[in-house]
Amino acid sequence: MSTPSVLYDAPGPRARRRAAVGGAFASVVGLILTGLVIKRLADAGQFSGDLWGPIVNPSNEDFPAVWNLLAKGVQATLTAAALSITFSLIIGGVVGVARMMLGRRARMPVVALIELLRGLPVVITIYFASRVLPELGVDLSGLPGEAGLWFLVIGLTAYNCVIIAEIIRAGVASLPGGQREAALAVGLTPGAAMRLVLLPQAVRVMLPALISQLVVILKDTSLAAVLALYTELLRQGNLIALNLHNPIQILSVVAAIFILINYSLSRLATWVDQRSIRTTRPRRVEPAPANVS
Amino acid sequence: MDAITQNLDLFWNGFLRSLTICLWGGVGSLVLGTFIATCRVAPVAPLRTFGTAWVTVIRNCPLSVLLFMFAFGLPEIGINAEYYYFGLAALIIYTSAFVCEGLRAGINSVSAGQAEAARAIGLTFTQTLTQIVLPQAFRTSIPPVGSVIIAMFKNSAVVGAFGVGLDLYSVGESLTSAQGFAALPVLTGVAIGYLMITLPAGVGLGVLERKVAIAR
Repeated sequence: MSTPSVLYDAPGPRARRRAAVGGAFASVVGLILTGLVIKRLADAGQFSGDLWGPIVNPSNEDFPAVWNLLAKGVQATLTAAALSITFSLIIGGVVGVARMMLGRRARMPVVALIELLRGLPVVITIYFASRVLPELGVDLSGLPGEAGLWFLVIGLTAYNCVIIAEIIRAGVASLPGGQREAALAVGLTPGAAMRLVLLPQAVRVMLPALISQLVVILKDTSLAAVLALYTELLRQGNLIALNLHNPIQILSVVAAIFILINYSLSRLATWVDQRSIRTTRPRRVEPAPANVS
Repeated sequence: MDAITQNLDLFWNGFLRSLTICLWGGVGSLVLGTFIATCRVAPVAPLRTFGTAWVTVIRNCPLSVLLFMFAFGLPEIGINAEYYYFGLAALIIYTSAFVCEGLRAGINSVSAGQAEAARAIGLTFTQTLTQIVLPQAFRTSIPPVGSVIIAMFKNSAVVGAFGVGLDLYSVGESLTSAQGFAALPVLTGVAIGYLMITLPAGVGLGVLERKVAIAR
């Protein structure tokens, strides 16, 4: 182990030998399993040029169209994610500050709203937006882009704005109490103390958590494909696969694109987090564990 | 409100079905997640690499992509099953990565001094592990793993939306699309169904968290 672990002592010669044997054994088992998977794929003809050609062979007739459509899908995914995070930040900021600044009674509806929206699956909020809004006669045709995009953005925003409100609250709560007291002592109003003293410091603490939430939003845009609502990357890939009959290949590419974008963002979050360790700073804000959604 | 009162039994069955998905998903992802977590902290390098790769790939890949891969990819290589099993498998694999991270965070939170002190008073490796390290790690893991399981209940809606059928989401879908009920009351009923689990579970988890908290 590169770092000392609470589980083991520093290994001696015997433990190192055992680890080497175990490692060799695990590698062999891993190779055999990988081999079986590859054999299964090969037996089903999944490595054939017909299926991979449109993706990897530039001279294939479908190659330009496939990548063009995938690029459109990436663009659509990024658009939805960018809109959602922007609206979530604005609304979440208002909700979060409202929860912190209102009195015990007055903030009860805000708390109730946060708890309600947090307890709902995102796919339900998106579905709700797409079914209930038209029924209520809400007209989105004035907005640029197709209606599906806006249903997706509204559903994602409804869920993520309360998560961001909680991240902001945790960020402000992590600041030393003296910050607020000092701000009030020099004569700032509570609102000015929040705006000028607390929020600017809190943003630095919660930046990693906010970036992690962006990963969650990016992943959740793909729910539009499950609901057949909006042609983002996954739905685009699925439509291509229906035409070319190569779901394994196209979906692997789609997954790789998602993983690449999200992994880069996760690394960015870690980097920002570690960079801020250099300065003295309050307790970190853990990213919402509901990352899972 | 007729849409809800008339179809109360449908909603109830859908609710139970969602719970069933969550139950099997919970058991599966806890087992798989524990295995992956064991790999991630193992003294054997290839296992650690495997664990890290698993978590990195699965955590950054949307659940819906996994669902599509299972449902449309596996039949291509001759593996056919009902959507229900594909959905469950995707849900288990997806959740296992988050369970693994929760468990690992628990292990990492135990300070090395605990194990050193245990050894200093003469406990063996097994005793150190089972009586000092793991009990503390387990307690610290409860909040994150609990949140993961609650999130998994919510994610069962994605599996339902994918066409598993009969779960809470599907009930809402069939009542509004096929039977033409107004969406607002039906989907409100569906939302209440999910909140009936997630809200009490969140409160319960908070209580549990305070109860098992270790003063450090």
